[in-house]
Amino acid sequence: MEAAMGLMRRIHPKQSETALSALLSLLPHSSSDLLSQVDQPLQVLRDLESGKEYILCEYNRDADSYRSPWSNKYYPPLEDALYPSSELRKLEVEANEVFSIYRDQYYEGGISSVYMWEDDNEGFVACFLIKKDGSKTGQGRRGHLQEGAWDAIHVIEVGPEEESIAHYCLTSTIMLSLTTNDESSGTFSLSGSIRRQMNMDLSVADGHLCNMGRMIEEMEGKLRNSLDQVYFGKTKEMVCTLRPPSEVVLRLPTADMA
Amino acid sequence: MAEEECELNEKQKREIAKWFLLNSPAGEIQYIAKDLKSVLNDEKVYNEAASEAFPLYNKSHLIFLELPNRSGDVLVTTYNELEENEFLDPRTALVATVDHVKQVCTDVRPAADEELSSPYIEEFRCALDAEMLKYVAEAYPKGVCSVYCVDGKDVEGPGSNFELVVVISAAKNSPQNFCNGSWRSVWNIEFKEDVQMLEVRGKLQVGAHYYEEGNVQLDAKHECKDATIFQAPDDCAISIANIIRHHEAEYLESLEASYSNLPDTTFKDLRRKLPVTRTQFPWHNTLQFSLTRDIQKELGIDK
Repeated sequence: MEAAMGLMRRIHPKQSETALSALLSLLPHSSSDLLSQVDQPLQVLRDLESGKEYILCEYNRDADSYRSPWSNKYYPPLEDALYPSSELRKLEVEANEVFSIYRDQYYEGGISSVYMWEDDNEGFVACFLIKKDGSKTGQGRRGHLQEGAWDAIHVIEVGPEEESIAHYCLTSTIMLSLTTNDESSGTFSLSGSIRRQMNMDLSVADGHLCNMGRMIEEMEGKLRNSLDQVYFGKTKEMVCTLRPPSEVVLRLPTADMA
Repeated sequence: MAEEECELNEKQKREIAKWFLLNSPAGEIQYIAKDLKSVLNDEKVYNEAASEAFPLYNKSHLIFLELPNRSGDVLVTTYNELEENEFLDPRTALVATVDHVKQVCTDVRPAADEELSSPYIEEFRCALDAEMLKYVAEAYPKGVCSVYCVDGKDVEGPGSNFELVVVISAAKNSPQNFCNGSWRSVWNIEFKEDVQMLEVRGKLQVGAHYYEEGNVQLDAKHECKDATIFQAPDDCAISIANIIRHHEAEYLESLEASYSNLPDTTFKDLRRKLPVTRTQFPWHNTLQFSLTRDIQKELGIDK
């Protein structure tokens, strides 16, 4: 299993779907471990009742059907399916509406979905998902990207309230890829995925939604910066190590940048 | 969901193994091999896959191997392949025998006359090789290059067209820093005697992989063309080297520009740093939001 995860870490993020299905066929007995630990780009279905799209994940799945956060119905229809309690469903509805506006503010498009369900410890779990196609044929406002995809999965475990404080454990995964293409510079493509965790104990005075929302916003900001400066930055450093820009070469005649 | 416990047959396993090997990032095939062997748990299938995948991987990644007698490095490419595991190094006039799976040079012998270019071609090839060595030494901290004749190697004198190819390969592997990268340039030069012109076509490919607590990869590719007049071997060599130097430096600049556009421009098409309001999202006003969509107009989303 460790070897399988090693492979997933090295294979190009764009090929992770192929790699995962190859691993699933080689290791059928580890399928549940693999599926839970390996991140895959998000899929989407359209809720025919509301006409809106919603994101598919393990958290809104029951058998082969997926529950829409808009209509609270499963597609394909399913009998005896799992639903959140009516109270939790109220919170889920509000979360979807608010998160949709958050998404619009930061992503200027894209699709979002929020799913909640009770867990065994008298708390609950919420999953906030965003999928954005930033390509110029998709919803990339400025037309820079020939291809661009951002998939975010935020899973928050909310512990039971104790003295008006609740414990929140957020695990966030971002998968992204972008490609620019033009005559003078050819094809430039960056892809990646990172996963981070954040734990906080917060007062419930402002409500769960507010707490979760702020954590997610902070996390997304951090991950965006990290991807841009640290991760992409390292690849840039590597390129400049392989072939330093001319100014550097002139200054250091035997530039061996180990 | 019906669980089909069907074992993959050997051919399918071999194809999967080959896929993983062929799609290894630069410099990481041995690590992939190790993990793959563990997952496959089938020595025979792995060995078959490796013997098919490694040669293809090595040639496409333009790997370079140390020659046994410390005469330098030999590149493994389709341009200098004599047999499946024999590669010519024209600079030293040696032929290296290579073990693709172990990625080492196991033997070396002098090249036979018919394996080398004619003296007429060799003048051009050698002059260009000398210029390229100078260029690569100054532009790449750890780069390897070579010049091969891919068409017309037996041309005896003026009157025929021929083609040389310049291969530049640089790699930096820092697995301890979770970072690896490679730069590959292939420049085809058609010597067109009939029109007294040289047509130059370049293909540049850069890759980098950073995987400390994450997995991020860069793939960049570029093609370019240029031309110059047909001159004496030394002058041709200098012209060609200048063309290559110019285009590669320009390409590096455009890569840097692509990177500097990222945070504020390119990335924005995926996710902005902040909303148009330039403030963080007002989560505490959620009560207002659930009542009406007018909020969107207030926040100016409709633009």
